Amino acid sequence: MSNEKFLIYLLVMAGVTYLVRMIPMVLLKKKIKNRFVISFLHYIPYAVLSAMTIPACFYATDSPVTAAVGFIVAVVASLFERSLVQVAALSCLGVLATELIMKFI
Amino acid sequence: MTEINSFKKGLKDGLPICIGYFSVAFAFGIFATENGLTVFQATILSLTNLTSAGQLAAVPIITGGGSLAELALSQIVINSRYSLMSVSLSQKFSPDVKLKDKLYISYANTDEIFAVSISQKGEIGKKYMLGLMIPPMVGWTTGTLAGALAGNILPAMVTAALGLAIYGMFIAIVVPVAKKEKATALCVFISVVLSCVFRYVPLLNKVPSGFTVIICAVVSAGILALVAPVKADEEVTENE
Repeated sequence: MSNEKFLIYLLVMAGVTYLVRMIPMVLLKKKIKNRFVISFLHYIPYAVLSAMTIPACFYATDSPVTAAVGFIVAVVASLFERSLVQVAALSCLGVLATELIMKFI
Repeated sequence: MTEINSFKKGLKDGLPICIGYFSVAFAFGIFATENGLTVFQATILSLTNLTSAGQLAAVPIITGGGSLAELALSQIVINSRYSLMSVSLSQKFSPDVKLKDKLYISYANTDEIFAVSISQKGEIGKKYMLGLMIPPMVGWTTGTLAGALAGNILPAMVTAALGLAIYGMFIAIVVPVAKKEKATALCVFISVVLSCVFRYVPLLNKVPSGFTVIICAVVSAGILALVAPVKADEEVTENE
């Protein structure tokens, strides 16, 4: 896309992201005590990441079949508590292996 | 209370974060260029935002010509946890950290930088924070650049496979916590069901992706915050 159009999105996005971090650091002097707010913010990252991952990840490769294999590999590797990079690498290898197998079937 | 304020110690503590960020950003760089951003755009997006999930959600909104309101709201929701971290972090600072210092330190308040700085024994000064910020910023930006460039060079088969990398990392963040905490598992389940509804149910699948993420996250986290509130002192731990 053109840099001019992109620049407007960039300014809005960077501005909002910065303000979310900056305003509470500068203005709030006391800890947030509200239990609902704390709980809500505790769950938000997991809610965001799972909504972003499923079902989008099944469309992230060339075919839902290879993506599904990669997904399963990632879940299994995570259950064994491998590191982020290990999980990501294994899931990509799973996709690549499936791609190769499918090519020869 | 002791004060930690060595620029060198900051740099040293930031180095492991830099390496981790480089690989996540590499996957993001591939994703961004595959979705229609240029190498330059992907790189500057990383430099100015420093947020993995936020950036991943933003790319389809930007390249799909979504509204600025959709972009802004999605970033507020996805990055809302940083506001809590910012409050905690500001109470950890020594008096040496003035208002003008908070203006640049807050920009780099990511999950990992927060986790490292909050775990220091004693108060922390601005020199330490500045040292701690630099390696992750460099890793995140150069990783994006490298991934965006590699996306154009690597064979299609390999970039297709690498398309799953960033989701693999998200899975690696969510699954271990969902395994330990039943409430988080339930939250994830609700969020995923809603996300599928917005993808496959006619009419609802017309809702732009940014709003979908907002609705799924706010509803599922809201329900769980009501039925399974966390203890106040658990507060924010390392998330990403």
